[in-house]
Parts: sequence; C-alpha cells; structure tokens
Amino acid sequence: MIVHLSVLQVIIPLIAAPICLLLRKSELAWAFATLVAFMTLAVSVALLSQVMQSGPVSYELGGWEAPWGIEYRVDMLNAPLLVLISAISALALLASRTSIENEIPENRHTFFYIAWLLCMAGLLGITATGDAFNVFVFLEISSLATYTLIALGKDRRALWASFQYLVAGTIGATFILIGIGLMYVMTGTLNMADLAQRLPDVENTKTVFTAFAFLIVGVCMKLALFPLHLWLPNAYTFAPSIVTTFLAATATKVAVYVMIRFIFDVFGFEFSFTHFPLQEVLLTLGIAGIFVASVVAIYQDNLKRMLAYSSVAQVGYIMLGISFASQTGIMATLLHMLNHGLMKGALFLALAAVVYRMGIAQLSQMHGIASRMPLTMAAFLIGGLSLIGVPLTVGFISKWYLVSAALENGWWPVAAAILLGSLLSVVYIWRVIEVAYFKPVSESTPDVKEAPAALLIPMWILVLANLYFGIETSLTVGVSQMAAADLFGGLR
Amino acid sequence: MNSLTPELMLQLTMLVPVLAIAGILLTGRSENVREAVSVIASLIVLALVIGLYNTFKAGIAVEVNWFEIMPGLSLSFRLEAMGMIFALVAGVLWLVTIFYAIGYMRSHHEENQTRFYACFALAIGSVFGVAFASNLFTLFIFYEVLTLSTYPLVTHAGTAEAKKGGRTYLGILLGTSIAFFLFAILGTYFVAGTLEFTQGGVFPAGTSVAVGGALLVLFVFGVGKAAIMPFHRWLPAAMVAPTPVSALLHAVAVVKAGVFTLLKVGTFIFGLDFLNELPTTDALLYLAGASVIIASLIAMRQDNLKKRLAYSTVSQLSYITAGMLLATDAGITGGAMHIAMHAFGKITLFFCAGAILVTLHKTDVSQLRGIGWQMPVTMAAFLIGTLSIIGLPPTGGSWSKWFLLSGALDADQMFIMGVLMLSSLLNIAYLLPIPILAFFPPADGVARPAIKEAPLPSLLALSFTALMCLVLFVFPQPLYELAASITQ
Repeated sequence: MIVHLSVLQVIIPLIAAPICLLLRKSELAWAFATLVAFMTLAVSVALLSQVMQSGPVSYELGGWEAPWGIEYRVDMLNAPLLVLISAISALALLASRTSIENEIPENRHTFFYIAWLLCMAGLLGITATGDAFNVFVFLEISSLATYTLIALGKDRRALWASFQYLVAGTIGATFILIGIGLMYVMTGTLNMADLAQRLPDVENTKTVFTAFAFLIVGVCMKLALFPLHLWLPNAYTFAPSIVTTFLAATATKVAVYVMIRFIFDVFGFEFSFTHFPLQEVLLTLGIAGIFVASVVAIYQDNLKRMLAYSSVAQVGYIMLGISFASQTGIMATLLHMLNHGLMKGALFLALAAVVYRMGIAQLSQMHGIASRMPLTMAAFLIGGLSLIGVPLTVGFISKWYLVSAALENGWWPVAAAILLGSLLSVVYIWRVIEVAYFKPVSESTPDVKEAPAALLIPMWILVLANLYFGIETSLTVGVSQMAAADLFGGLR
Repeated sequence: MNSLTPELMLQLTMLVPVLAIAGILLTGRSENVREAVSVIASLIVLALVIGLYNTFKAGIAVEVNWFEIMPGLSLSFRLEAMGMIFALVAGVLWLVTIFYAIGYMRSHHEENQTRFYACFALAIGSVFGVAFASNLFTLFIFYEVLTLSTYPLVTHAGTAEAKKGGRTYLGILLGTSIAFFLFAILGTYFVAGTLEFTQGGVFPAGTSVAVGGALLVLFVFGVGKAAIMPFHRWLPAAMVAPTPVSALLHAVAVVKAGVFTLLKVGTFIFGLDFLNELPTTDALLYLAGASVIIASLIAMRQDNLKKRLAYSTVSQLSYITAGMLLATDAGITGGAMHIAMHAFGKITLFFCAGAILVTLHKTDVSQLRGIGWQMPVTMAAFLIGTLSIIGLPPTGGSWSKWFLLSGALDADQMFIMGVLMLSSLLNIAYLLPIPILAFFPPADGVARPAIKEAPLPSLLALSFTALMCLVLFVFPQPLYELAASITQ
C-alpha cells in the first residue's frame, strides 16, 4: 500500500469520476466525491510525512523502469502542494452541496462532481508526475474539466468566460506541448530527471532555447502572469462560487509549480538565469502585475472580480520570489504559494456564503451586511488581513520572507514595492470592511440570514489555518526551506 | 495578590481588557452592568499596573515569552522603566476616562455605546502590549491592533464627516506603518539580525551610517502615531470622535504609543551613541522643531476648541520626538517624563472641552467668553491644564520641559532651545486666553448666569487629572527616577 501512495494520489479521483456518473443522484455523488477527496487528502498527508522522513518517493508506473516508463516522483517540492490541493478540494467539496443549490440546476449536479474529481485528478497528476509529457496530459485533463466547471455558472456570461479561458488555456497548453516536443527531439527522453541529465549536452542549441521559451510562455499563460492574465477575472467571476474557491486556491499554484520544476530541476538554474533574461522579465512583470492588478481591484464592485484581480497581483508576488534567483527567494515563493492558497480559499468561501444568501456578491448591496452575517464577514475580515499581510496571519510570514529575500539581494526598491503593494491591498480590503461593518443597513441590503453551517465550518477551518500557520510556522516554513535547499542543492 | 506572579500580572494587563470586551458585549443590554464591567476591569488593571510597579522597584526582572513565530521573531514582553511609565499613565487614565465617559456618553445620548466600550477596552489592552513589548515585532503587532481598534471609535458618530475623518486616520496610520515602519523593521532585522530592545542598541559596530540614517528616517516617518509633520493630519481628523476618545486615545494612548515607540527605537534599537553619528539625526531634529512651531501657529488659527487642542498635541509630540533625536540622557529622560506630564495636562483640557460641549453645547473658542462663571470648576481645571502644557510652575509640565531644555543644552542644540522657548510663548498665546477670558465679567447690565456644571462623574474625572498636574509638580521624584533609569 505504502509504495503505491504516489500513484494512488492521482488514481483515486481519476477512477472515482466515472463511478460518480453511475451514482446519478446528486446527494450520493456528493457524498462519494467528498469521501474520495478526504481519501486523497489522507494519501497526500501520508506522502508528505513519508517524504519528510525518508526523502523523495519514486514510483514506476506499471513496473516500467524510469527513462522508458512513466515515473511518479514526490519530493519536498511537490508533496506540500499535493496536501494543499487535496485539502482545499476536500473542504470545498464539503461546502459544495449547499453552495451549488442555488447556482447550478439540479440535473447537472452529478456532472459537476465528475468534472470536479477530474479537475482534481488533473491537478494532482501534474504535481505528482516526474514525466514531462505526463504533465501535458494531466494539464489537459484538468483544463477541460475546469472549462466545464466554469461553464456551469448561473450567469450566461459563464459560457463566454469559459470559452475565453478555453482559448487562452489551449494556447498555453499548446505552447507547453511544443516545448516538451522540442526537448524530446533533442534528448529522446521525457523523464524529467533524465532530461535534466541530457539537456546540458545540447543546451547551446537554438532548439533548446526555443523549447524553453515556449514552455515558459505557455506556463505563464496558465498561471495568469500579468499581462497574460486576461482570462482569469472573467473565469473567477462567473464560475460557480465554490469552483472559484477551488481554482483560486490551487490551479494557478500548480502552474507555478510546473514553472519552478522546469526552471530549476529540468533546465537547471544556470541555464535558466544566465542564457535568458528571466530575472528581468519576471521582476518587471511581477511588479507591474502587483500594481496594475491591485489598482484595478480597488475599482471593482463585484467582490469575486475584485479578489480575482487580487489573485493576479498575488501571482506577481510569487513571480518576484522566483526572480530573486536565490534560495530565500524561491523559499518565499513556495511559502507564498501555500499561504496564498489558504487565504484565497478562506476569502472565496466567505464570498460563496454571501452569494449563497444574496445571489450575488455586489459590494453596493452589502451595506451593513456584517450585522446580518457576522461569522461570514468575520471570516472575510481575517482572510483579508491575511491577504494584506498583517502579523499573526500567514500573509505576514510570506511577505516577511519575500522582503528579506529582496533585501538579501540588496534590492531595496523592490522591497519597498512589495510593501507598497500591501498598501493597495489595504485599500481594496478596507473598502469591503467599511461597507460591511460601518455602513448602516440600508433598503438595498437584502434581508438575509447567516450562512448555513455547511459553508461556515469549512470556511472557518481555513480561517483558523490562516491564523495557525501564521503563528506556528515551523511546518510550512520548514517544508519550504527544505524544498528550496533541495532545488539549490541540485545545482549543476 | 500574593499568589499572582509578576509574569502573570503582566499578561493580565492585556488579558483583562480583552475579557472585559466579552463582558461588555454580553451585558450590553443593561447600561449599568455594562459600565460596571468597564469600571471593574479598569480597577483591576490599575491594581495590576501598580503591583508591577512595586515589582519593578524591587528590581525583579519580569519576562514573558508567548511564542516564537520565526527564529529571532517572537511575541514576548519585558518589564522596563520606559514601558512602566507608559503603563502607569495609561492605567490611571483609563479608569479616570471610564468615569468621564459614563457621564459624557449618557448626557450626550450617544448610540452604539456597547461597541464604544468594547473597542475602548481593546485599545487599552493593546496599549499595554505596546508598553511591555520586549522587541520591535511585538510592539508593531500591538501598534497595528491599536490603530484598527480605534477606527470604530473615531467614526463613532457615523456621519459623513466622521467617515472622512476615519479614512484619513486609518489611511495615514496604516499607510505609514506598512510603507515605512514595517520596512524599517525588516531593514533592521536584516542588518542587525535581531529586533530585541537592547541597552545601547542592536546595530553591530561598523554598520554603515548611511543605512542607519535611512532607517532612522523610515522609523520617524513610519511611526505615524508620533504625528511628525507632514504625517500629522490624522490627528486633527480624528477629532470628530466623541470627546472621551479624543481625550484618552488622542492625548494619551495612541499618540503616546507613537512617541513611546520612537523613544524605544532611539534608545534600544539605535542606541544614543550610534544615533549621534547618523547623518540624518540633525535634519530630523530640525524637522521636529519645525513641527513644534508650525503646529502651534496652526493651532492659533483654529476656532474649534478640540481642533486647537489637537494641533497643540501635534506640537507637543514633536517635543518628545526631538527629545529622542537630541540623543542625550537628559533628552530621553525629558521625553519620557513628558509622556506622563503632557498626558495629564492634555487629558484635562480635553475633558474640559467635552464638559463644555455636553453642558453648554459650545465647541468654539470664540463662544467661551465668560463661561467660567457657569462652569467654575471646569474652567479652573482648564487653567491648570493650560499651565502644565505651557510648562509653568506649579504644574508637572515644567519638569519635563526643564529636562528637555537641559538635554538640548547638553547636545549643544541652540536651535531646539530656541524652539522650546518660542513654543512656550506660542502656547501662552493660544491656550491661556481661553481660561482667562472665561472668567471675564459679562457685559454691563447682563446678569451673571447661574452655575451649571458638567455631569458629576465627568467633573470628578477632570478635577482629578487637574489635581494630578499639581501633584506631579510637588512629587515628581518617582517619575523622575523611572525616567532617569531608562538609559542606565
């Protein structure tokens, strides 16, 4: 059993998806999907603890040896991400039955759970696999499932948003495939570890340069790096709220993971940062993303769209960490990936509760809503403080390491830019707090009750995680530190 | 009290106000019970602070560690002279202000009083966090909690003007603290590797003075609560708050948390020797001096009494900032003493302003002529408060000014000496006429109005603080000993 863990991680949701189709009934499908999600969570936790104890876990699919067969490889870099994906998925699924009641027609509920499981299997697959082509396969699985999930949104514009994402996502995926194809042409292998060994011999060829460029641009499309983010705000706004929760907390992180894996492990640090102006590009786009997206977020009335722009800004922070090209920098990136998953999960779940009660998360209709939905808005407040980076929340920890990494490089202006970015997030979060808490209830405020427990419990688990990992940082910081050390220990 | 260890007492100063919040929220229905909770909590806290003071005098070291967030970054507290002064001031004045607030809020028929008392308690709890913090990180956390918990108090009225004031308040305080203060903390941590308050400073020998100078600038501007110009606008904006808030928070807790932080940073992060070497110290000193004068000039032009007092506070705060930047023992001593002296003086003035508002419904200086006959006790207290702010005997304010002057003399800063002198004159010009005109006889033929004093709890409160201004002149010894031991 133990030896199969890394493949079980992916296989369980992948097989569960068609079984769901057989179940038909909405409640049954929900119960089954949730059970599956919690099983994958258990598997991922077991994997993480095993990796922490005894180093990377490698699994040969079908017993075929590595360079020929497909290898699953879980190490310090992807194990925590697996936990994040399955944990968010499990918590979101817990809330999903209630959340989709009003947002998705009854007869499509089963499809929803199927698409969800497939999406989850895809994301876990991208993360767990050690095979470059497999990355593409799972990327397509997760993307197709995601298009379906987004298109399930109540608003008809969801179809348009889904199509927009489909076009952008397909371009991204194609670029990635071209990159992988070119690498295969040059080396004759698809296994990542094997690629890493063979690429240096041919690294000064135009083909490898082209492969790298295609790959990075394709991944940037998927992770919504400014200015390739145009698909994201619509997708997050019009998708069913619970889907947004899941995607915002996990999907972009997986793309970032792919980027880090290829930059540091497959191509190697030196190739990536000396042959390419990667540092300059990521730094510029990262900072531009932080400022542009944050400013746009300030002017949004629809809160889902506001947080979507905030996500684009947060991707900017994550990219900054990579651009530092230092161990502390990459560690801050890894940490922020996990932490941002926690905060955006909590925030979007709070919005899901608002949408559940009000039908829409429009700030102009939320005057004094905190007196009607105190627990939900308290969750939003704490999540928001975490996003800003207030001490004792996870947001502070990641900002702290990001700024430290900037100072380590001697990049004082970048450190200042990170803090100025936080100020912008203060503005857009505080707008909400002011309206929800300090505006008196007006006639346009719908007469609503507090969200049901099914939404509140997962929401508050995430909120408490935001606080817990903001105070007791040894696990998250330790894991990120080890992963960063691994990435730099493998320097060629 | 014997079973209470000093460590527990220290933590309770923060926890009791937090527990009081729960009590206040639960008993919100019944006014009397709710106010009783506040009074009891503040009595307990005062007893705790006095207990801590006795412990401190006995020379017992008290340290508490809550948890370590990252290596070298922990939430921990330590008893120390400067913090002791701040805690004593806040402890005494919380109790007094609660009494005052009961009279004020009821006779002014304010709404949302439960939220008011709850936020008040949270603010005070965080003041003790600031006072006892043993490192910059802990201090920063409570500094931010203080900002956030006082925002609902500033916007209490809920009017458009209150909202606007609240936004300025939050914008400047939060903005400077994130953009400059946090940046300075990170920079300090990066250069020195620690944020622990250490006698003589934390920067290793050979730290570049350019970096140190830049950090000092970030600190001075980043601690927006110290209200150095041009980041002072939040303080007049916050005057839309109910008077008890202006009194305790914007004459004592919030602004003093600011200058207290600066004194701490100057003494225990930079250290006076390093501070002297920095290229930016003098420039900032001149800026503080300019703040003193300019704020006084603006105060002269304010007709709204609370606004005038607010600008006077801006000016007085820069005294303390200047005291730190003088980087002499006497400057620090004077600054620390001024925290207490100015607190008692200014809170008296605010109490009086509020008493005039609720009794006679007057807010402007120009309306106050002759009201001394109606409110003799209040206006007498106002006179004493004024004398203390100016720094004239027989009030406590004269001592702190004395030490600040001698600090300026030690540092050979004639400019600051001149500023302090000129500022005293300006204080006389814009504050003293108020109580004097109040006792002018009414115009011929008009009958002298009958006595109509403030509500009794408020009257007791303002008499007490006025009395304290006098007491501190006669018995400044305990305070001086505490203040003088900071740099030793």
